[in-house]
Amino acid sequence: MEKLLLLGAEAIAQGAIDGGMSGVYAYPGTPSTEITEYVQHNKIAIERKLHSQWSTNEKTAMEAGLGMSYAGKRAMVCMKHVGLNVAADAFINSAITGVNGGLIVTVADDPSMHSSQNEQDSRFFGKFAMIPILEPANQQEAYDMAYEGFELSEKLKIPIMMRITTRLSHSRAGIETRPMKQENKLKYPEDPIQFVLLPSNARKRYKGLLGLQSLMEQEAERSSFNTYYPARNKSIGIIACGIAFNYLMENYPDRKFPHPVLQLGQYPLPFSKVEKIVNECEHVLILEDGYPLVEEMLKGYLDKNSKIKGRFDGSIPRDGELNPDIVAKALGLEVKAGKIIPSIVADRPPELCAGCAHRDIYLALNETMKEFGKQKVFSDIGCYTLGALPPWNSINSCVDMGASITMAKGAADAGVHPAIAVIGDSTFTHSGMTALLDAIVENTPVTIIISDNGTTGMTGGQASHATGRLEEICIGLGVKPEHVRVLTPLPKYHDEMVNVLREEMLYEGVSVVIPRRECIQTLGRSKKDVKVKMEKVLK
Amino acid sequence: MKSDIILAGVGGQGILSIAAVVGMAALENHLYLKQAEVHGMSQRGGAVQSHLRISEREIASDLIPEGRADIIISVEPMESLRYLPWLSENGWLVTNTTPFVNITDYPDMKMLLAEIEKLPHNIAINADEIARQVKSPRSSNMVVLGAASPFIDIPYQSLENGIKKIFERKGKKIVQLNIDALKAGRDFSASHMK
Repeated sequence: MEKLLLLGAEAIAQGAIDGGMSGVYAYPGTPSTEITEYVQHNKIAIERKLHSQWSTNEKTAMEAGLGMSYAGKRAMVCMKHVGLNVAADAFINSAITGVNGGLIVTVADDPSMHSSQNEQDSRFFGKFAMIPILEPANQQEAYDMAYEGFELSEKLKIPIMMRITTRLSHSRAGIETRPMKQENKLKYPEDPIQFVLLPSNARKRYKGLLGLQSLMEQEAERSSFNTYYPARNKSIGIIACGIAFNYLMENYPDRKFPHPVLQLGQYPLPFSKVEKIVNECEHVLILEDGYPLVEEMLKGYLDKNSKIKGRFDGSIPRDGELNPDIVAKALGLEVKAGKIIPSIVADRPPELCAGCAHRDIYLALNETMKEFGKQKVFSDIGCYTLGALPPWNSINSCVDMGASITMAKGAADAGVHPAIAVIGDSTFTHSGMTALLDAIVENTPVTIIISDNGTTGMTGGQASHATGRLEEICIGLGVKPEHVRVLTPLPKYHDEMVNVLREEMLYEGVSVVIPRRECIQTLGRSKKDVKVKMEKVLK
Repeated sequence: MKSDIILAGVGGQGILSIAAVVGMAALENHLYLKQAEVHGMSQRGGAVQSHLRISEREIASDLIPEGRADIIISVEPMESLRYLPWLSENGWLVTNTTPFVNITDYPDMKMLLAEIEKLPHNIAINADEIARQVKSPRSSNMVVLGAASPFIDIPYQSLENGIKKIFERKGKKIVQLNIDALKAGRDFSASHMK
């Protein structure tokens, strides 16, 4: 048995590899990216030829993972919380089809929105799908849950959700690994229509899913991830979900809790353990990173004076991630006041890298827009979203992946002209292609700038599915070849860029402008390997 | 023994390399370690920090509670002050004095240094200049780590061993340049400790 120093995300990847996984499917998204990257670089995974290439988006990843499970093998699907919205159709239906080989859907939530548009809590999706959720408290549990999750999935014949948050995903600690399991052999589902969700089959399958609920509860009841710590002082009991347990322990070292504590790491809620703590304690404080899911379940709708405390009654702030200080305050413990930040300390927001091609296209776009007026540029999600900040102030929207083109179309339908979309090459294939087709069908007058840096830049430079085929895709979808314009975004071509943008904005149909220059980060990296790796064997 | 360290800087300045070296040194001494990093968007020239916790006992939280950090190690002067709420009463602030100016409202350097000097336990070091002097201009982060090393409860030799392990793939010369930088930083602190 060896000990490794791993990020939470990497611990999940190692646990899945050791647990007999045959492939991972994912689209990069902070804070989930490192799971797949770890599999891509892991020696054993490469030797075993485990699938680890990026998918076009989270929905295709989810469906491919389900296909691998159909074939009897163990698969993991990874995404960030907003990615689960994209994959939701396949995800919810996978609970109805059930699985053949073990399937773990790992979703990384981002409370406090370190790099996201919202804080949504994926446990709601797990509950919505009515499948078990595993929520690790630390890196070791992240490893163990991935390792054991496939078996739980195969035992229940249901996909399992693993939910983590940014803090655990991006924090390193020592991990003890376990003996490596073999991959499953190819094996077709015993029931030939299990995966055919025609209404008549789906109704049967759904009843089956409902029938499984009590078994899932029993599993949670006896799960080693749900631990009850008895204690004398029952003025308050504490239910600590996932990483919240760490913040609780920080205040009570060595698990010396004065109050009863239920550490919760596996859902659905273990009924008798929850009932016990609620019955024996005067109040119960719920500690959960994300939304008040457990709190709401225990509190109900009408019981406003409930003994349940948490985010709803202000014991814990309603938004933002937890930390040891928030937990201490909620328990009435002393919190040390640190020194104050001197007023001269200025904000230092992220910015487009020096030499980044997005800078050049925004300079050209800003100049062109002087002629056409303000607030007509719809953007997407990627590095170029930083163009919303000074000194650029170039863009007017960022909603979800792919939304730039469709919002520009809607605005054009409303009479905005020119309506401009800025999107990246990777985001374009993620969910911009269907949006482009909508505009083509109606020949909507939109100008789409696909700022092509040949990579998925924001998440650290993963492969982009558009590389080498962007013009073909656009023409294939129906953009007229003379309105697919490729530019080189460099200061010396500034005037040319302005002229092309002007021409295409004046054109009353669909046009695509592709400024193309490699990401300055990936360019630097290919020249010299500067990445310092900490993954080393601990003795 | 425990050292709770806040590492501070600007995205791309090499604080994760400092974390990696201290991490290796901690492992050599059979210590527990937790290190929370900032990934993603913030790395693009924004303020970045890492909570690094080392202890002989198991560590619970990935985040250091406020007012409990033993050291702030910063590779940029303004960034060293951003995390003061975490610094304990008797904690040390060790910072590079070379500013990274990528914003228009960067504060006046004299005022910045005055704020740093207000702290009872501080080491302000021109790490970029010292790195140049030891002919290792790219290793200013290791100079800062060297300057902080007297306040980290790990044998100095272990930090050098950490550098050997982290940089070994890049060759002996790079390893030696980083060790020289570390040593220069440590010497500076030895002569400037109050």
